Amino acid sequence: MREIDVSQIEQAVRDLFLSACCEIGEDVLSLLHERMEQEESPFGRDVLRQLIENDELAAQRKMPICQDTGMAVIFMDVGQDVHFTGGDINQAIERGVRRAYKDGYFRASVLTPLTRINTGDNTPAIVHMRIVPGEQVTLTAAPKGFGSENMSKLWMLTPSQGIEGVKDAVVETVGLAGGNPCPPVVVGVGIGGTAECAMLMAKHSLTRECGTHSADPMLADMEKELLERINKLGIGPQGLGGRTTALAVHIEQMPTHIAGLPVAVNMQCHAARHKTVTI
Amino acid sequence: MSKTVRAPLDPQQIATLRAGDSVLLSGTIYTGRDAAHKRLCALVEAGKPLPFDVKNQVIYYAGPCPAKPGDPIGSCGPTTSYRMDAYASTLCDLGLIGMIGKGQRSAQVIDAIRRNGGVYFAATGGAGALIAGSVKSARIIAFDDLGTEAIRELEVENLPLIVAIDAHGGNLYEEGPLRYRQEDNR
Repeated sequence: MREIDVSQIEQAVRDLFLSACCEIGEDVLSLLHERMEQEESPFGRDVLRQLIENDELAAQRKMPICQDTGMAVIFMDVGQDVHFTGGDINQAIERGVRRAYKDGYFRASVLTPLTRINTGDNTPAIVHMRIVPGEQVTLTAAPKGFGSENMSKLWMLTPSQGIEGVKDAVVETVGLAGGNPCPPVVVGVGIGGTAECAMLMAKHSLTRECGTHSADPMLADMEKELLERINKLGIGPQGLGGRTTALAVHIEQMPTHIAGLPVAVNMQCHAARHKTVTI
Repeated sequence: MSKTVRAPLDPQQIATLRAGDSVLLSGTIYTGRDAAHKRLCALVEAGKPLPFDVKNQVIYYAGPCPAKPGDPIGSCGPTTSYRMDAYASTLCDLGLIGMIGKGQRSAQVIDAIRRNGGVYFAATGGAGALIAGSVKSARIIAFDDLGTEAIRELEVENLPLIVAIDAHGGNLYEEGPLRYRQEDNR
């Protein structure tokens, strides 16, 4: 058994969000560069140039890439031989988020849904905790903006709709979203499980290094095919027309019920922010 | 070549703008997003005065990050505009002439733009740090309690925009994608 003081988790959460909101990953930046070279649309090229310039400026000035510093989504894998000491782990995570958003001059974007009263410090965080073998803790911070989140969709398809139905659902979701989710987007797809599991897989897939493919060859092929189809929609950067509507499609799947074929599409804007640390 | 435009806007100049024109906007504009629009329209409905006269003004759909010490504002890119569609035509009919945001508008708003000789500009979504560089000063003029959603008066200099929807039926969100479409989304 390994003891980890919760203050260490608090500090890690703070540091991850400070970094994630200001420093875009090399994965996204290199895809933006690649797409700018290939983009035929003059508006599209200009938008991609601005995004690269913005991302570099944000990192250099330690400023948020986007004013929507999102809801603080956290994936946390906790080794089953870890014993947290020094207080409530959940409160420690909330303190980490609170400190990051205050110290970073990030926007407080979180409110009570019906009264619309802001919580003032961007808490609560959205925490997905799993128990895994071992004595380590892996934390991924993935701040999620709502321009793209609002364009997400859950499709409860019937088995008869099959693989083609799944592909059409993904392409249609991106098509309907148009310029709203800040393309070029990353498209997270979860297939199978239950309704909530499908969306969680779609969200989790967005934490993968952007543009890398699934280890499952069938899913990897589907990712490539869908990216090609999506980039034929013509939506382009910011929806002004062009060949770059998506930077990547990421798919995860798990078994589902004989009666069902859930497909969740979680849309992610070009500010595909995610940072991971293992403690 | 970008056209230079000053806010408050000159309706005669706005009439010359066409979807697809690049614009550098300078002058005074006002931020407003979901919560502020709801309040503005409630004031209109109650017959009460608005916190600023919207005649010939521009509203920027944005909720900025807090300013770091020494900066006028934090990251300050546009938010998605369709959420303001329920309110925009009311303000357009009161003389609001320009809106800045990102993404497609409803048929109702497009009609209000045409009817009132207005314009809808697209700013680059997710370029919040870059856009903050065009903001020279910011001060809250209404709804302070709304935090980031308060109405701020911004002085901007050479804010890069694209005319997305003009008063003559031009709509870049329709024309642009059509030019590059190779697959229907159905």
